[in-house]
Amino acid sequence: MRPVYLDNNATTRVDPAAVAAMLPFFTEQFGNASSMHAFGASVGGALKTARRQLQALLGAEHDHEIIYTSGGTESDNTAILSALETQGQRTEVITSVVEHPAILALCDWLEKHKGTTVHRIPVDAKGRLDVEAYRKALGPKTAIASIMWANNETGTLFPVARLAEMAHEAGALFHTDAVQAVGKLPIDLKSTEIDMLSLSGHKLHGPKGIGALYVRKGVRLRPLIRGGHQERGRRAGTENAPAIIGLGKAAELALAHMLDEQTRVKALRDRLEQGLLQRIGNSFVTGDPEHRLPNTANIAFEFIEGEAILLLLNRAGIAASSGSACTSGSLEPSHVLRAMKVPYTAAHGAIRFSFSRENGDEDVDRVLEAMPGIIANLRSLSPFWKERGQDRPAPAAAFNPTYA
Amino acid sequence: MWEYSEKVQEYFYNPKNAGVMENASGIGDVGAISCGDALRLMIKVDPATDTITDARFQTFGCGSAIASSSALTELIIGKTIAEALTLTNQDIADFLGGLPPEKMHCSVMGYEALRAAVANYRGEAWEDDHEEGALVCKCFGVDEGMIERAVRMNGLTTLEQVTHFTKAGGSCATCIEGIEEVLVKTNAAMVAEGLLDAAEAFDPDQAARPVRRPKAGKSPLAIKLEPVSKPKLTNLQRIRLIEEAIEGLRPFLRQDGGDCELIDVEGDRVMVKLSGACVGCQMASITVNGVQERLIEKLGQPLRVIPV
Ligand code: FES
Repeated sequence: MRPVYLDNNATTRVDPAAVAAMLPFFTEQFGNASSMHAFGASVGGALKTARRQLQALLGAEHDHEIIYTSGGTESDNTAILSALETQGQRTEVITSVVEHPAILALCDWLEKHKGTTVHRIPVDAKGRLDVEAYRKALGPKTAIASIMWANNETGTLFPVARLAEMAHEAGALFHTDAVQAVGKLPIDLKSTEIDMLSLSGHKLHGPKGIGALYVRKGVRLRPLIRGGHQERGRRAGTENAPAIIGLGKAAELALAHMLDEQTRVKALRDRLEQGLLQRIGNSFVTGDPEHRLPNTANIAFEFIEGEAILLLLNRAGIAASSGSACTSGSLEPSHVLRAMKVPYTAAHGAIRFSFSRENGDEDVDRVLEAMPGIIANLRSLSPFWKERGQDRPAPAAAFNPTYA
Repeated sequence: MWEYSEKVQEYFYNPKNAGVMENASGIGDVGAISCGDALRLMIKVDPATDTITDARFQTFGCGSAIASSSALTELIIGKTIAEALTLTNQDIADFLGGLPPEKMHCSVMGYEALRAAVANYRGEAWEDDHEEGALVCKCFGVDEGMIERAVRMNGLTTLEQVTHFTKAGGSCATCIEGIEEVLVKTNAAMVAEGLLDAAEAFDPDQAARPVRRPKAGKSPLAIKLEPVSKPKLTNLQRIRLIEEAIEGLRPFLRQDGGDCELIDVEGDRVMVKLSGACVGCQMASITVNGVQERLIEKLGQPLRVIPV
């Protein structure tokens, strides 16, 4: 049976065309772009093309606004650390409670060890940012506001263009972690006030280990990694030429498929979501259905645990992911769902299905077929679930374990 | 994806003894939905022989939680209550062909559910010493509360001591930073409360100094690779050594108003009697672990300390 891959927010398959574009740069054209000989020169030209391809996807005004990095995490770290260095007297960072750990873990560390004040803006039950709280947090002390463009778990979108303008009114820089948005949404950075943006190659059918930080022309940047003059001295280290070229091709393809993503892929997601809600009781969609990525569905199934669902899905040849604590080896379920106050009974059983242009109708059918049985099976094992002839949860008092 | 053994997968995909038991003799509920796992164990006991004749479970949890619950029922059916209570969470893990370190807490949940169910059967109240608090050491499933208690009750001031008493940090050692944080915090609180001399408190800067390898007297190439064979101990020698080790620990335990006495040695099982403040105190398992570590160190052989 053909496997069904619906975990594209975790990572995507590298497009074969991107692989083909990369291959010569491992073998025939292995030169170092910095070298003064023919081996290096041809690589230099290819890197230039790749940069232009990515520039087009981002709608950036200049190609030198792109700095290649090892991925989203490095881009995020660079952006925030640089802002704190360049903004002199400004010592505060604003971010949201639902950011990726690449931002949150860094902010925790800054707060604990560097005396940085961090404002973490809350979200409502649908995962929407509390814009008023954001406005209040901005001030003369704010060095940078970093708010993600699209949430990786629920797909919920934040109004980053507006948030960037608000930051500028307060004289602060604005960065967005757009790792999930780039390639899935039309983006035109030159018409926004966004100062910095992080992206990652492997989320858009490009290779892993490559990403970029967009830095608007004129924004001061202090490099995270110092050494050679690569990336105009803003990120030292020999260019990862094959990966940069693969990312360029992937960007070109993403742009070409943008309409498909917005229409056909979105329709697949919607059909899956409605089908599951119809077939399975005690389940609901998390996030903001009105404003979200076209490819992401996050559905919470009550009274069961996500990892168990994933294992049974996996046996049915279906790959998805969960916000379950057990998949991460901790005890708390996803910080995103907790921030939205999704109750524990549901947060542990939330499953994320994330599509890409490589999915088709058959994938949706397969999930719709497998899921009801899996959920019923696990619920029959759960002490929190009692059927009593109908789909009714057990009264809360029925199961009272000893430790909290 | 976790690396689950064949047996874990088998018990997850086709769990045995799942479901509700009518007229159970004892029911043990442990866990919490907030932690992502919870287990209800139901046992049927034949009062004439005190034998567990049947067991069922309901579990909210991940793959290994369900497998561990099912394994537990298989392990206890047919055993007397006394026999069943000698099972440890390690036995559950072993039965399943091992569990990933992050999942050891699933087997601990089974161990606790059994105790809760037996207590319920006997009409006793059952208190669990599980603490809310971050899991610090994943290899051994040790949380912040457990480390803090071990540090407080035994006046620990070094990482090594914490490892001896709780096992935390004893395997992959990636959790050392987290353990040290708890140690610093707890020691500082103890100093503030006048329970510890400030000069003795754990000093992370000192601990973070690079450690130089002891210089070998000769070129490492000259070392002959021969298996080190320890002279085999006679049974009497072994018991003497164990006795000595326990004697060495007693003053330490007495400080806290407890005591530990050697009762018997059977193969690799060392039976001890805990008394005084050690009995029933939540620290019992930590104390037993501490004693066990010392004995293993002294004898250079694996053995298990069992409180009787
Ligand atoms: S996590 Fe491995 S020893 Fe603690």
